Amino acid sequence: MSALLEVSGISKSFDGFKAINNLSFSINAVELRAVIGPNGAGKTTFMDIVTGKTTPDDGEVRFGENGRSLLKMNEAQIARAGIGRKFQRPTVFEDQTVADNLTMALKADRNPFAVLGWRPSRKSQARVLALADEVGLSAQLTRRAGELSHGQKQWLEIGMLLASAPRLLLVDEPAAGMTLAEREQTTTLLCKLAETRAVVVVEHDMDFVRRLNCKVTVLHQGSVLAEGSLDHVTRNPNVIDVYLGR
Amino acid sequence: MTRKPFILQSPSILVVLAVLAVFTVAVTVLSHAYGSGVIPTSTVKVFGMTLCLALAAVAMDLVWGYLGILSLGQMAFFALGGYMIGQWLMYARTESIVAVQLAQSPIPPTALELQEAVANQIFGVVGSADLPLVWSFAHSLPLQMLLVVVVPGLLALVFGWLAFRSRVNGVYLSILTQAMTLALALWLFQNDSGFRGNNGLSGLQNLPGLEGVDQATLSVWFLWASAAALGVFYLLAAWVVSGKFGSVIRAIRDDETRVRFLGYPVEGFKLVVFTLAAMITAVAGALYYPQAGIINPAELMPIASIYLAVWVAIGGRGRLYGAVIGAVVVSLLSSWFTGGRAPDLNLGVYVVNWVDWWQVALGLSFVLVTLFAPKGIAGIFDRLAGVMPPSRRGLDLGADQGALQEQEAKA
Repeated sequence: MSALLEVSGISKSFDGFKAINNLSFSINAVELRAVIGPNGAGKTTFMDIVTGKTTPDDGEVRFGENGRSLLKMNEAQIARAGIGRKFQRPTVFEDQTVADNLTMALKADRNPFAVLGWRPSRKSQARVLALADEVGLSAQLTRRAGELSHGQKQWLEIGMLLASAPRLLLVDEPAAGMTLAEREQTTTLLCKLAETRAVVVVEHDMDFVRRLNCKVTVLHQGSVLAEGSLDHVTRNPNVIDVYLGR
Repeated sequence: MTRKPFILQSPSILVVLAVLAVFTVAVTVLSHAYGSGVIPTSTVKVFGMTLCLALAAVAMDLVWGYLGILSLGQMAFFALGGYMIGQWLMYARTESIVAVQLAQSPIPPTALELQEAVANQIFGVVGSADLPLVWSFAHSLPLQMLLVVVVPGLLALVFGWLAFRSRVNGVYLSILTQAMTLALALWLFQNDSGFRGNNGLSGLQNLPGLEGVDQATLSVWFLWASAAALGVFYLLAAWVVSGKFGSVIRAIRDDETRVRFLGYPVEGFKLVVFTLAAMITAVAGALYYPQAGIINPAELMPIASIYLAVWVAIGGRGRLYGAVIGAVVVSLLSSWFTGGRAPDLNLGVYVVNWVDWWQVALGLSFVLVTLFAPKGIAGIFDRLAGVMPPSRRGLDLGADQGALQEQEAKA
């Protein structure tokens, strides 16, 4: 099976500080992967590069069967190509209803003129209802997103990600600020999502990563320190030294 | 989630159109030309011009209230629209006058002689006798009407493309738009810009070919045209913001980065709205200046665009009817207070003369609205309709700002 995302030898420095240093990474079309690392290991910069927010100084990022380079594309084009990103802080459009938020995220033509002529169809409404149901917000459809609780906003954002049906999902610290029950729900959801697509979870909570029970990539000072099962990497002396030892 | 025609989604659209129709009919039956003559012609003109300003405010609301770009150069498009229609008005009228004069000479003038005489008449005031290149289409009404939307539209497209592509945002973008209108004004102030420098274009209230129609009638015609334009473009703007497009541009206003990650080409959306708003504003300007009678580069100074922003802020950003209310109320109040007819306010120790103090009062009310009623006058209607933002006072119960608040948890 060929890799869905192939990141090879990327480097990025900010004012001389090497945030990413010759990092290589690849993930299959159907896989769940956890990326862990201490603060400043380059996790966020890595996500920024894949989603087009930051351009690396060096290296190559390729996506999909044809190995399309992502470096020449902007954020919107990359998102349309099928890479979704979930931010740590729930970012939903607070001024608009839950239904509007979900409708905006539905897979459809993103061209301004196509959007101008777009009107809800029976199918799109059914899809919005189904999505709201899936994330437990069907009773909140007409409420404004700003009125939702923190947890509900997280779920709304997940619903929006599902709506756009990405092939690769990047999730930034999903467990942050969640209760134990919510964490379990999130774990189940992430595992379920990974049955049909590639999911990369960036996290520094070891317990949460253990629940995910997947292959782990450890970052340190901008490059890959170790890769393998969680038990495998936790036995790695380097990993113990820089991360777990603290 | 049933589908309704966009007109019925919000009652405000029908209310605005109905009020506009009633107002237009009322002014017509009270005018000199078509009724009792209670309203003097000059007041009919003021009403017509106010409707044009309201239309400019609607466009400003699209750009600022919905898209989130505080454009401080919006009136540049307004004035450009005025200049474009003014070129034809001035050329055609001068041509008819000059033609009469030349007809008395022993040899009938050739077309070239006629054109030279017209150019001499128009540009003598800036020491030139040649028709500048920018007046090439001035003889044709359809072409100049096309230019009314094409020139401001192109300017907005090019300016917007450059600014949005570089991801200039917020206050920097506001400064850029202000610089654009100032640069344009300074260029127009020059005598060799081809637009008669600081003299501007004048005599625009006389419509060529309609010499037999008096100003009283013309003023009502322009009132009708202004009301029709406001109605049509209000509908267009309401349609644009009603569906998913409206959703997306409000989302861009609130969190541009997030919209990018949803796959929407943010720059494209900004360009569409900015250009559309520029074209609407230009149409408003093209209807305004024939009623005002004169246009000069001072109309492009940033202060005019800042006033426009103040009207929209006081009326209520993000509500199209708010923009209309703000523009109508504030501009009519402005002309009343600065017209010298407002009675002085005697405070005992000091007599407030409104001509001097109106600007201060306006500035103060702008600050107060921004601080205490960010939704402006339209916020009153929201309150009446029961659309209230949730009260977010109280302690945080969760991890961050979005968390449930103490009072919400109790409810």
